[in-house]
Amino acid sequence: MLLRVTDLVKTYPGPDGPLPILNGISMEMKAGATLALTGESGSGKSTLLHLVGGLDQPDTGRVEIDGTDIGAMDDAARAAVRRDKVGVIFQQFNLIPSLTVASNIAFQARLGGREDKEWMGDLAARMGLAEQMSKYPEQLSGGQQQRVAIARTLAARPALILADEPTGNLDEATADSVMDLMLELAAETKAALLMVTHSERLAGRMGRRLHLRAGRLA
Amino acid sequence: MNVRALLLLLWPCVASAQGFAGLGTSSEGFATPERPAVFDFRVDHGPHPDYRIEWWYLTANLQDDDGTRFGLQWTLFRTALAPEEREGWSSPQIWMGHAAVTTPTDHYVTERLARGGIGQAGVTAQPFEAWIDDWQLAGPDFNELTMKASGPDFAYDMDLIALGDLVFHGDAGYSVKSADGQASYYYSQPFYAIEGTLTLPDGDVHVTGNAWLDREWSSQPLSDNQTGWDWFSLSLDDGKLMGFRLRQEDGSHYTSATWITLDGETTAYPDGAFQAAPIAFSDVEGRQIPTQWNVRLDARGIDVDVYALNPQSWMDTSVPYWEGPIIVEGSHTGVGYLEMTGYE
Amino acid sequence: MTKAGLQALLSHWLRNPMQLFTLIVGLSLATALWSGVQAVNAEARASYDAAARTLGEGRFAQITSSDGSIPQADYIRLRRAGWLVSPVVEGRLDGVRLIGLDPLTSPSGLTPTGADDGNLTIDVLAGGVLFATQDTFARLEAHDVTRVVTPDAAPGIIITDVGTAQRLLGLENALSRILVSPTQPVLQTPLAEITPHLTLRAPQDGSDVGRLTDSFHLNLTAFGLLSFAVGIFIVHGAIGLAFEQRRPVIRTLRALGFPLRRLIALIAVELLALSLIAGAIGVGLGYLVAAALLPDVAATISGLYGESVSGTLQLRPEWWLSGLMIAVGGTCMAAAASLFQLARMPLLASARPRAWAMQAGRGRLYQAGLAVGLLILAGLLGAFGSGLAAGFGMLAALLIGAALALPVVLDRVFAFGASRAKSVTAEWFWADTRQQLPGLSLALMALLLAMAANVGVSTMVSSFRLTFTGFLDQRLASEFYVYADDADQAAKLYTYLAPRVDKVLPIQSTTQNVRGLPSEIYGPTAHATYRENWLFLQSANDAWARIEAGEGAAINEQLARRAEIAIGDDITLAGEPFPVLGIYGDYGNPIGQAIITEITFKRLFPEIRPSRFGLRMDVADVPSLTEALREDFNLADAQMVNQAGIKAFSLSVFDRTFTVTGALNVLTLAVAGFAILMSLLTLATMRLPQLAPVWAQGLTRARLGRIEIIRAVLLALLTAALALPLGLALAWTLLAVVNVEAFGWRLPMFLFPLDYLRLAVFAVGAAVLAALWPARKLARTRPSDLLKVFSNER
Repeated sequence: MLLRVTDLVKTYPGPDGPLPILNGISMEMKAGATLALTGESGSGKSTLLHLVGGLDQPDTGRVEIDGTDIGAMDDAARAAVRRDKVGVIFQQFNLIPSLTVASNIAFQARLGGREDKEWMGDLAARMGLAEQMSKYPEQLSGGQQQRVAIARTLAARPALILADEPTGNLDEATADSVMDLMLELAAETKAALLMVTHSERLAGRMGRRLHLRAGRLA
Repeated sequence: MNVRALLLLLWPCVASAQGFAGLGTSSEGFATPERPAVFDFRVDHGPHPDYRIEWWYLTANLQDDDGTRFGLQWTLFRTALAPEEREGWSSPQIWMGHAAVTTPTDHYVTERLARGGIGQAGVTAQPFEAWIDDWQLAGPDFNELTMKASGPDFAYDMDLIALGDLVFHGDAGYSVKSADGQASYYYSQPFYAIEGTLTLPDGDVHVTGNAWLDREWSSQPLSDNQTGWDWFSLSLDDGKLMGFRLRQEDGSHYTSATWITLDGETTAYPDGAFQAAPIAFSDVEGRQIPTQWNVRLDARGIDVDVYALNPQSWMDTSVPYWEGPIIVEGSHTGVGYLEMTGYE
Repeated sequence: MTKAGLQALLSHWLRNPMQLFTLIVGLSLATALWSGVQAVNAEARASYDAAARTLGEGRFAQITSSDGSIPQADYIRLRRAGWLVSPVVEGRLDGVRLIGLDPLTSPSGLTPTGADDGNLTIDVLAGGVLFATQDTFARLEAHDVTRVVTPDAAPGIIITDVGTAQRLLGLENALSRILVSPTQPVLQTPLAEITPHLTLRAPQDGSDVGRLTDSFHLNLTAFGLLSFAVGIFIVHGAIGLAFEQRRPVIRTLRALGFPLRRLIALIAVELLALSLIAGAIGVGLGYLVAAALLPDVAATISGLYGESVSGTLQLRPEWWLSGLMIAVGGTCMAAAASLFQLARMPLLASARPRAWAMQAGRGRLYQAGLAVGLLILAGLLGAFGSGLAAGFGMLAALLIGAALALPVVLDRVFAFGASRAKSVTAEWFWADTRQQLPGLSLALMALLLAMAANVGVSTMVSSFRLTFTGFLDQRLASEFYVYADDADQAAKLYTYLAPRVDKVLPIQSTTQNVRGLPSEIYGPTAHATYRENWLFLQSANDAWARIEAGEGAAINEQLARRAEIAIGDDITLAGEPFPVLGIYGDYGNPIGQAIITEITFKRLFPEIRPSRFGLRMDVADVPSLTEALREDFNLADAQMVNQAGIKAFSLSVFDRTFTVTGALNVLTLAVAGFAILMSLLTLATMRLPQLAPVWAQGLTRARLGRIEIIRAVLLALLTAALALPLGLALAWTLLAVVNVEAFGWRLPMFLFPLDYLRLAVFAVGAAVLAALWPARKLARTRPSDLLKVFSNER
């Protein structure tokens, strides 16, 4: 099993004491699977994604990737998981503003020491970014920026792609084309894709869907 | 001309509010002038140590053989820190000499300071001698004098002969200064013929002209509300005029004047009769100084404009002031001297 | 409404007390730096003046008599003959040196009170008032006099009126000597006709330390201005920051309908109040710093006189004024730009703080052009300019140009670094550092100026000290100097002294024109003293040997420069030609000088007989010899000069200044370090969007924190690398341009690599300290705060 989540609990400090966000979530994903995570605002879907991606630590419960509990890891080990196993695509601010598009795409792969220039070039071309390689993120449109983020994630060939409303800031046509590319390439690299969305239409394109309500799977 | 009292009072006070000890505004312990004025010139040309302030003040309008005009000043001030004289260094009498030569383009000034009691400076009445260092105003009597002074860039050596008698200001030499009754003893010798040599950086110049000597002593300063004064001595075609204007804080003026005929007869004029108004100003040492004036004494039909021979006649001494020769035009013509103080 | 607005503005500080703290501290430190430098400058000045007074009277020509006593009547005769002279009565009262002067005639600067300062009272003239330091008075027994403590008095000396001195010393109608004013009237009877029994003695050599210290003062003033510039940069940074931080509050207030005009007025008043408070704190702080640096005043002087001066430091009104002006003026300058921006800012402009002063490429290009222009201007002024104004203009152009060039140069360095980076982290590091540059550039400029000032001042002071030591060794080579009243006494003294000391070196001189320039001709005895101590700037082979053989002469730098004389050229002395074999530095001397050996001098000027002697002897024997000469020859203290003492005293004054400037340098660096801290703290909050993606992709927060520190070290090192040449250029400008323009002679410049290395270490230390806190903060940022960057709720 690529991903196994068991009894995951997460609270955040609130003004009136701890605020429960996730309240005992358990789930699994196989390699190459696609899964949509839907729910209302504040239902905890982004938090679940962050915990799965090793971006945050659960209060209790386990997050196992390839059989290892990343919840019990220290900061450095979790960073290594982010670098090597997972690719995260956020709704915005994915890119490093001080680096060019080319450097951004190569960034994660190079961090993990898995740079593959040919594959990167291929990705960029298929993403329609070949002309933009020496530009800086601020010079790109929102759709282009998200495509760079996807290219960067795929360039590192992660086993698990985590996407948090990756097309939330884009118009429908752009969102569809970005989505197409992401699915196509995920399939090609045999990566599993866990995507948070509140769009029924996008959720419908994934293999499976889970609905979160008030920190529990519905 | 006891407006000049301010000069001496300002002298020690100008740099600091405390001034010389005992030289505040009161005249405690010092003698004060009394009416009627009675002079005994066997002693009165000499110093009066029990009065606070006193001077021998000579100004001259001169011309060289080419007709170029010059001005000359020789002044010995005495100020007393206490109303007495003591021998030696503990003398409370302080002497200050100012000498200047004014040309149309330059103004040479120098100053000397000395303590009484040690012989460096002083005055004797008979025979008359006033001196500080090598500067000297002396003669067998007051009518026949020689005068010398020197500075780092000039010197002069002059002979003077009086062509008229002494002139007494105010009430026979008792010159009232304000409504408060402050007064001084004040007489002049405005009829000196003068001749001698000016030593200037460009060489010696032989000059002749007329000189005016003021003698004055008192103990009381002028009012607190007076900020400075403008003093004129004019030698005109038909007589001589001494007039001054005291500037007061509220913008008003107190004026006084003496008209002197060529025979030496005097008429004193009360406050308001003499009028002086600035016409043009010059930038002197960063100050705006009036160097052209309209001067009127309607009772005598005098309405003249006077202007400075050299507007930069600045006395850069311990107490700085403006003093220089003037030229008179208008209803009367002539020359004279102008002194202005209190322009900050 | 105003109240509500003010409440909203002020509540920001309440919620963010740290920001208020940094603002106040930034302003205070800048002010403290300035007022501290002013205080130390004033103190240095005061102690130089005291030193000059100690060496003082020797600056003037003096009239003396062979028996040490002059009738007062002679003084009056001299005055009445037109000589501007002033009496001196000197003696020992309870063993303390008492000097009586006449405040009405003495050359200015000698008496504690003069005719023109309004403090000349009848008590001073007739009552008996003594002026001295507290410690000098402590050695005095009870007398019927008033004592006035003044720190301006030279240590160990009581100054009083000449009459009081006569009374206390029982010397009625007698004077010890007479000072001759440097300016005299045009007409004057020759001295020989007035008082033929008295001798006119020329001013002493080597006592004109004033000229050297004038130059030193000028340079310290330049340092003061530099600290002012550093302060302004920091104030500018602090205020810009305060604006950035409150952008959201300002936007909200405006959105709620608060009038812009009133908002601006409100902020202006608020900043004015803050700057006044901070300025006042800063002045006090500066005073404390100066006071802390002061104790060694007493320490050094006590080393010479065995007593200490009261190290009083007065908080002068002008410090308050200039200190507050720095704070308020700097605030106004900085706030004007920000308020202008605010006035033009669209209402709905982003409330999110952006790195202020982020410049686009064009702005940077403009800045680079300006920097290059200013540096070229500095070069042109250095090469072709003349006059003091050009010197200071060059200084200003150099500093501003360099400060403006700094971000541009660093930008290029980082771009180069990025292009050569091997690893992805390195590439990101270079690129990210480059992007932070605009936000850090003010703080870095402050650091650059602070370090340049540091390098410049330590180079200047150290060069000065070396030059001065060399000069003193040269000029005051003998341990003890004796001045005879006349040639007869001199002859007797020579016979008396010869068996008592190692070597008596007669000093004889005359004046004549050399190549049309008034010059002094000296004829020193052939002795190792001169060979060892008089160092030549340029010389022919075996210069001293040939001069001692009568084959040539040596001249001073001033004469060589003005008359354009080179080694090997001939000069004519008393009608005879002498080739110039050596040129020596003669710092502070306004006129030309030439040296020939004693035998040649006696042949050329047989009528000159020496009346001064330098004595080579054991320093330990100086006090007993002083006493013996006082007894046997009735010599006054002013006729015997313990040059070892003068040298030690002068050097201690320099050393003290050196210590003090060293401490101030540390303060300057600390202030610059604080500026860096403030900038980094601000950037830290603004930079989360830049750091979050890097973190998300697999760099730990701890690693990001470490990178921040490495970045600070790198920035400090690069700034140091640029500050070194700038500081040296600064020192060079001060020594070789400003000094030449102001005083006509050039100070040699020495380099002190160890000092610079230490400085670089300090600077890096300051930068690391400044980066430590933000780095630690970053390493402990909660993941949820980083994640907020990506979420929509931001």
